[in-house]
Amino acid sequence: MKRRVIIKSAAAAVALSVFTSAGAMAENQTLKIGFVGVTSGPAAAWGISNQRSMEARAAWINETGGYTIGDTTYDIEIVSFDDQKDPKRAIAGMEKMAQEGIHYVVGPNVDDGAAAVRPVAEANGIMYFPYAFPKELYTAPASNAVLGMVANYQSGPAIYKHLMENEGVKTVAFIAANESDPLSQRDGGVAAAKELGLEVVSDNVTYQVDTTDFTPVLTPVMRTQPDLLVLSGVSPANAPQLIRSARELGFQGLISTETAQDAQVLREGAGDLANGFISVGGASTPELASDAMREFVERYTDMFGEYNDESNTKVYALEYILETLKADPAAIEDVSVFQATMDSFEAPNPYMVGDAKLRYVGMSSFGQKRQVAVPLVVNVYQDGEFKTLFVAEVD
Amino acid sequence: MEQILANGIYLGSQYAMIALGLTLIFALMNVLNFAHGQMYVLGGFVTYTFYGQLGFPFVVALFLACATLFVLGALIEKFLFGPVIRRSSREESTMLLAAGLAFFFDAVILLVFGEKQRGVPKIVDGVFNWDFRLIMPYDRILICVLAIFSIVGFILFMQYSKTGRALRALAQDRTAAQLMGVNVDRYSMIGFALGAMLAGLVGGLLVTITGVNLGMGGPTSIKAFMMVMIGGAGVISGAIAGGIILGFLEAIGLAVLSQYGDITYLLIFVSLMIFLAFRPQGLMGKPWG
Repeated sequence: MKRRVIIKSAAAAVALSVFTSAGAMAENQTLKIGFVGVTSGPAAAWGISNQRSMEARAAWINETGGYTIGDTTYDIEIVSFDDQKDPKRAIAGMEKMAQEGIHYVVGPNVDDGAAAVRPVAEANGIMYFPYAFPKELYTAPASNAVLGMVANYQSGPAIYKHLMENEGVKTVAFIAANESDPLSQRDGGVAAAKELGLEVVSDNVTYQVDTTDFTPVLTPVMRTQPDLLVLSGVSPANAPQLIRSARELGFQGLISTETAQDAQVLREGAGDLANGFISVGGASTPELASDAMREFVERYTDMFGEYNDESNTKVYALEYILETLKADPAAIEDVSVFQATMDSFEAPNPYMVGDAKLRYVGMSSFGQKRQVAVPLVVNVYQDGEFKTLFVAEVD
Repeated sequence: MEQILANGIYLGSQYAMIALGLTLIFALMNVLNFAHGQMYVLGGFVTYTFYGQLGFPFVVALFLACATLFVLGALIEKFLFGPVIRRSSREESTMLLAAGLAFFFDAVILLVFGEKQRGVPKIVDGVFNWDFRLIMPYDRILICVLAIFSIVGFILFMQYSKTGRALRALAQDRTAAQLMGVNVDRYSMIGFALGAMLAGLVGGLLVTITGVNLGMGGPTSIKAFMMVMIGGAGVISGAIAGGIILGFLEAIGLAVLSQYGDITYLLIFVSLMIFLAFRPQGLMGKPWG
């Protein structure tokens, strides 16, 4: 009896050690991808939607066996750093990424942060994907930044032109927060509107980023009675309040922005007053979303409790990084290979129906391919959800 | 002009309420509560949860926000500020504790309520429009009236209730109050809880107008400190005056200076610096504290 137990135990131990060593052999290597952006304070929604999009996608990849680049299969690890929307912190974040040997980083979310990290990224061989619009970040001699979304100077003219042709818009007013990103977006919007022949009736009203009551701010703008009110670079936290105040002040015209928004935030903050609000979105409206996009939304929701519509545009950066690395595995350690690959890179876009492609664009705006080709999907909010107004291509 | 006056009264009443809680805590305990804005945000989120998410009547949600913040304030005083004040005579100890609390609340709010801006259904629909000379949504008018009633109620409570008298005695002279039989520990806790409750009350009221998000705490604290500095730290009437003055300055600045860009707060800060250079104790404060 005793001998039998010993034999059984020994057999179990051998079997266990075999399984364990096999498991160890099958364990994937880890590929670290960084995120440096704002995940606290009033603009936290921008960075958190970035970070969570990356984490949701990484968890999905890891759960399904990892991501194969060349002959190696990797588990994806997201290394995050909250820059608190402070350029100094953004530099510290990028230095941390360099210390960890990370060559691919998503972020920062704002103009000054993206400009501040440029020397660190270029000196340490880091490609980074900011959500910031200054052209000098993407124009030679700058080499390592790739714009992760559609810029306002690309989406704005398309929206204004559409509204001029379809809604008879003739006059426009701009309002922006007194911060570098919204102000530069406002200036770009004003220039684009004038070039299209729109009459700009108000463009100098700004507000503190921590404003909570916009009625006094909007009152002078409403007196100009524009056909279109543009909320330049508006954050998701401020958009519903601005819309609500404008409508309560009797504004009957159209309201638009060139930033991404969240339908739930608009519904809670402005209700039916937000109907007709035009914003730039991603590819998750029912008519455009693929099964992969729907699964991404489902997984994100399961992981974090609720989805953020801003992630419709932010799902792309990690996908671009991984697909480009797959196209030439040598780029894992050498970003110059990555840069060379970008010129000819093309892969199917998993998040959109049809034959949409992932590819790099930017030749017309930056003179080099330093922008991801996400679709320019212009949405209109109606009764709690976004509907596609029109779809266009950048570049 | 009518619009500026109405905006000034509306902003002033809500600012005064925000400043009241802060100045009460300062008067009683000499604590600069940097977490006051986060307490305001918590009040907003509690109201959002019960009124916006669970469908409770607004008044019930508001009561629950006040009760939550009252209990939270009492616990914070009993287990954090009270012991720190007893063990350390250095003022920066409580300041650091308050700053730490603010960061802690920010983290908790992010974990529990998420990063998004939250809003609740309007409590009253419709807009008062007097020939486009004065436009004011009815919910703003209601909130303004409620804020004024709350301020008056608070003043009456402080003036005529036993607790209010004890709190005032404590604020005037802690040692003398103790010698007169006031239970200093108990009333310190009640005072801190009341200050937190006022933050929760105004957060709950304003969530119907402005919504709430986790980033609102810091800026709210800064504005509250400005009002207290204008009116005089630790003086109830000073906080009310500071709130009303700041509200009117903001309303006038936004209306008159809008064509020059966002310079309203720049001018307010410059004016405040000049004012404090001449009268560092504020309008109603005493130079000796």
